[in-house]
Amino acid sequence: MNTATPTPTGANDALVGSSYPARERYEVSAAKIAEFAEATGAASVLHVDRDAARGAGYRDVVAPPTFAVVIAQRAEAAYLEDPASGVDFSRVVHAEESFRTHRPICAGDVLSAEVHVDAVTHRGTISMVTTRAEITDARGRPVSTVVSTLAVRGEGA
Amino acid sequence: MTAPGEILFESTATVDRARLVRYAGASGDFNPIHWNERFAREVGLDGVIAHGMLTMGIAAAALEEWLGDPGRIRSLGTRFSRPVPVPDPGEVALTVTGKVGAVHDDGTLRVDLGVTVDGRAVLAKCQAVVEPPVGR
Repeated sequence: MNTATPTPTGANDALVGSSYPARERYEVSAAKIAEFAEATGAASVLHVDRDAARGAGYRDVVAPPTFAVVIAQRAEAAYLEDPASGVDFSRVVHAEESFRTHRPICAGDVLSAEVHVDAVTHRGTISMVTTRAEITDARGRPVSTVVSTLAVRGEGA
Repeated sequence: MTAPGEILFESTATVDRARLVRYAGASGDFNPIHWNERFAREVGLDGVIAHGMLTMGIAAAALEEWLGDPGRIRSLGTRFSRPVPVPDPGEVALTVTGKVGAVHDDGTLRVDLGVTVDGRAVLAKCQAVVEPPVGR
């Protein structure tokens, strides 16, 4: 078991290098894609019109560019909810996010995400926690790599 | 021809509390700092702030509108450099600008996205690598 050393926020740097296997298979629906597109103001018909999406070469309606965060954040919860992580989610603000697209996400995809703890660093009263979600499809092929860094604010930060 | 610094697009968007709730539901990110004023203040914020991922999503929407197809975006990343407070009542206006950051040998472009509120940047190093739109 990892032994937590004192850090400004409790975020446990002994977990760096560990990973959390996928907890679920997430089936992407056309309705969820449309909802996410509307919320972010992504106006392309390719998000809502199956025929238009097929005409553009997609299997079904295609997700907006940052949609992978839906699957990634569900997976990151395995780490954040792990008492060993030491992360107090009420003290968290989002610091960085990046997406590398291996192939677009479409309705009907059944996706899984494995989460890797890439870095935990401390700066003054703040801890920076970086996770990487590797999203794969039902056949295990890479779909998206989502890297997220959270700033955990210690008391007084 | 396309050269670094060229402005590709500019657009505006507004965010109010209702939009935060809509994004929370759409994304599954129900962190109360994005909808609960009392909670936000209790954890030391000045009030409810927008999801960084909503701001990034709005920037991505502007980018894909210019591209014509979201499938042209190969990568996209940002730092969230400044929180975006969302008043109630009222709304906050975001300005999104896309310009050419670099032209790569393989034909892809690096697009540098700027998002500002009242002239101040809220995202830093927001960059995408994209396949240019058809005809460019």
